[in-house]
Amino acid sequence: MVIGVLALQGAFARHIEACTQLGAKAREVRVPSDLADVDALILPGGESTTMSKLLESQGLFAPITERLAGGMAAFGTCAGMILLAGSVLDGRPDQRSFDAIDLTVRRNGYGRQVDSFETDLVVTDIAGGSFHAVFIRAPRVEAVGAGVDVLARVGDDPVVCRSGRVLVAAFHPELTDDLRLHEHFLSLTGV
Amino acid sequence: MTPMSSDAAAPKGPRSTGTQLVKRGLAEMLKGGVIMDVVDPEQAKIAEDAGACAVMALERVPSDIRRDGGVARMSDPEMIEGIKAVVTIPVMAKARIGHFVEAQILEALGVDYVDESEVLTPADESHHIDKWAFTVPFVCGATNLGEALRRISEGACLIRSKGEAGTGNIVEAVRHLRTIIGDMRKITQADNAELFEWAKRLQAPLGLVQEVAETGWLPVPMFCAGGIATPADAALVMQLGAEAVFVGSGIFKSDNPAARAKAIVEAATNFRDPHILAKVSRGLGDAMPGLEIGKLETKLADRGW
Repeated sequence: MVIGVLALQGAFARHIEACTQLGAKAREVRVPSDLADVDALILPGGESTTMSKLLESQGLFAPITERLAGGMAAFGTCAGMILLAGSVLDGRPDQRSFDAIDLTVRRNGYGRQVDSFETDLVVTDIAGGSFHAVFIRAPRVEAVGAGVDVLARVGDDPVVCRSGRVLVAAFHPELTDDLRLHEHFLSLTGV
Repeated sequence: MTPMSSDAAAPKGPRSTGTQLVKRGLAEMLKGGVIMDVVDPEQAKIAEDAGACAVMALERVPSDIRRDGGVARMSDPEMIEGIKAVVTIPVMAKARIGHFVEAQILEALGVDYVDESEVLTPADESHHIDKWAFTVPFVCGATNLGEALRRISEGACLIRSKGEAGTGNIVEAVRHLRTIIGDMRKITQADNAELFEWAKRLQAPLGLVQEVAETGWLPVPMFCAGGIATPADAALVMQLGAEAVFVGSGIFKSDNPAARAKAIVEAATNFRDPHILAKVSRGLGDAMPGLEIGKLETKLADRGW
């Protein structure tokens, strides 16, 4: 069992550390050949426009789409959630996403960096009390499709969602020491 | 970064803005990327199209500041707003060293990061801005580890090695990176008694020196700036340990800015793969004309205390 972490740009190293701490094998995914021996994929925080460009130029967009269609488990945080969403508002017109979870998300939906915040929230299905969540220029979920479970909210906004083996968070569990969301993702990978 | 403990009794806790975790967190999100200097909305679009992870809005790129001389200040708010309006990626802007009112104005404008920069003419000959007083995060330059730790003690959430801006010459960036990283390596080998001596020698707070000794790295991310002109330059500084790059004059003073910008973005992602670097380095036209460090009238990196 190997967890791939999309390592084009952003906080990918933090996700690799989190997986390693949980005893999982994790490796960087930068080119298509890196995908071959990967069983699941984490899409990290970073700039979604930058990652979207690099997914094309690295030749990764099509093979990842194919793997997701084949049922590969995926976990997207912040920019990674934007990349997995079905529909992206306030993105660039050429920005592409994998449409792996039926969500409509608005980029920078909580405002600019001065509005970035931390807060505590409760995640359904995760024991052990509230989760400290760090939102940085975070995307805001504006619509949730059928078959998507909302596992956590801030106010009325869904911030953790799950559909089949795809898990997304609008915040950055990779920036704190709380590994429960990563652990939950590992349980979804079916190993 | 200091992980925050969670409070199980507060399922819907209050929102805190401007915390260290939030400020340093944005720097974490910029890792592996390229931050490009732009002077107008048109350049900002080119930068975003090329895959920049952020833009730095400024009135003149460093090579023009160097050529024109005079006092270089914060940019016109109208120009910064014009750039904010056309891109979706983070927008940074520069304030003069010690000019906390320029920083207040930039925060009011809603820029995402303030660069307290030696590229502008310093406003204070002995004090840097008290960066703890702001909600907006700050990036500061450093030529050595002591300077980096002093900036962090003042509240900087991101350090960039200074290099020599506006020269298209990578030699100073390499010197600064090697100095900072080399000293961090030595500190991890030092015993407790030696850490006091290191703090004294670096003129840096002991607590931060002890933190470097434990982790082997700065408590905030470290990027590289000053002199990057080619994809190979970007890959060089990243192999040396820089976690992302700032490119100033190197893009818009070259023959083909759009192609060069895209190539540098791809080089930052593939910095360890010489075959991909060879591919992206092809046919970019002339890089910006470079300057020899020994012939410079002003060394911008000397500004900052």
